[in-house]
Amino acid sequence: MGKTVLTGKHFWYGNIAIAEGAIAAGCRFFAGYPITPASEIAEHISRRFPQIGGIFVQFEDELASMAAILGASWTGVKSMTSTSGPGFSLMQENIGLGAMMEVPTVIVNTQRGGPSTGLPTLTGQGDVMQAKWGSHGQYEIIALSPDSPQEAFDLTIRCFNLAEKYRVPVILLASETIAHSAGKVVVPPEDEIELVYRKKPKVPPEEYLPYRPDEDLVPPMACAGEGYTITTTGLTHNEKGYPDTTAEAQEKLARRLNDKIRKHRKDIVDVKEENMEDAKIAVVSYGQVSRPAKRAVKMAREEGIKAGSIKLITIWPFAEHVIHKWAKQVEYFIVPELNYGQIYLEVKREADGNAQTILIPRMGGTLFTPREIYQEIKKVNKK
Amino acid sequence: MKQETRKEIMFTGFGGQGVITAGYITGQAAAVYDDKESVLTQVYGPEARGSACYSGVVVDEEEIDYLYLLSPQVMVVMSQDAYEKFLPKLQEGGVVIVDSSLVEVDERVKKYRLYKVSATEIAEEMGARIIANVVMLGFVSRIWDAVSVEGMRESVKSRVPRKHLDLNIRAFEKGVELGEKALAKEC
Repeated sequence: MGKTVLTGKHFWYGNIAIAEGAIAAGCRFFAGYPITPASEIAEHISRRFPQIGGIFVQFEDELASMAAILGASWTGVKSMTSTSGPGFSLMQENIGLGAMMEVPTVIVNTQRGGPSTGLPTLTGQGDVMQAKWGSHGQYEIIALSPDSPQEAFDLTIRCFNLAEKYRVPVILLASETIAHSAGKVVVPPEDEIELVYRKKPKVPPEEYLPYRPDEDLVPPMACAGEGYTITTTGLTHNEKGYPDTTAEAQEKLARRLNDKIRKHRKDIVDVKEENMEDAKIAVVSYGQVSRPAKRAVKMAREEGIKAGSIKLITIWPFAEHVIHKWAKQVEYFIVPELNYGQIYLEVKREADGNAQTILIPRMGGTLFTPREIYQEIKKVNKK
Repeated sequence: MKQETRKEIMFTGFGGQGVITAGYITGQAAAVYDDKESVLTQVYGPEARGSACYSGVVVDEEEIDYLYLLSPQVMVVMSQDAYEKFLPKLQEGGVVIVDSSLVEVDERVKKYRLYKVSATEIAEEMGARIIANVVMLGFVSRIWDAVSVEGMRESVKSRVPRKHLDLNIRAFEKGVELGEKALAKEC
């Protein structure tokens, strides 16, 4: 058997860091279909899994891949897939099924430019809203976005931990920029990596109801072969897991599926704030844009401009309380995004008129330079 | 703006010469063996096979907050196409290292500090054209202070197939030697 956790210092492409993060998190089932710029994740896992007893399957398409990782998770294994825009669209129906059946699993979307087949080899951030609203019906999802190979490794592990804790599909919103740049990744010793596993039932099989939640709104999960009867369905269901297509059952179930995420927002949301103590202008960024944004803020500070940066590590659920808090202090939020305004609208909504929100849009293909963001800060500062 | 610790190098040539591998080995040398911060970015698209392509490496003592090249101080040029296409990206007064077996320079190069290394000829004499990039890496490690010769050597060792290790190390040492001579000439 090969080593599961490659403790040490590495120079890894983002895609390799994601694959190794998944392995370190205990993922042992991968289903997927190749697509640029995500393919290296599948390639790397297909080489590594045979060494460590994992199962890799290349399916006929992304619909089957998504279905397979849900099924695998029901056997108790940690599972994942990786894809990019077009494949992510194909996965949406089954992501909704995962949310409804409360299946812990991880989906990596290495974003490229869209819509449609768009820019296969170039970067983008156009799938942010799709990550939240891509499947039909009212549900909540978790999505994290890395800004470097190191974060790609770390956040992939966190994706698995959150999926297991809240029994929900978790999305890693990576991008071509991160996928195809290499940087230093420090992998800690195996025993220093914190891993979370789904809650198991504490009651004997005859008392077990697969959808009876604990106080945290998350039901313990018995998996196939553990001696419990499991019934699950995409239809609205009762605590037994039997279809119960009534308004009452819907109210109870759909509300809980949302509340189990919303009520734990503060546990899930992770942001990194810098230079915010006295900031009047806050640059809110995420993913690959965070790095030039941070540099732009440094440049502004050197000019004596009171700028700060808020980097969103968790994209969904949105960091409402964070924006809400800073809106009382700052005069402006500047939101640079590789789309035409997605997180911008969330920031604006949470600023709620207490601060002005300014979008720096770019349709994708290339990243902002620090200077481009800096110039916007300067412009706003003169207002 | 604090920029003095940020160092940038661009490897250029045509797809298949190992231009991206050269960038990877350099980035790894800095990050893993010299324990600095480094980032590799590369051209990623259909042009990566056969036509002019490049990779860029940023090395810094501190966290790198912008991945892509802003203003490379050093450029390795391994094809005429790449010379035409990428030379203007080099910082004024920067260092250009051309593979003199493949690239003819003209007056445009006068703005820069020029080194000529016949890397492809040397590689062919050693029996494998494909290791021209490793000759260049040896040279780069000697004349560019962002990576150490030792770090680069270790990085080459970790990246090349075991059965070709000796050949690669010989190519690397040849490059170091040429770098040494080039520096001595300047003194």
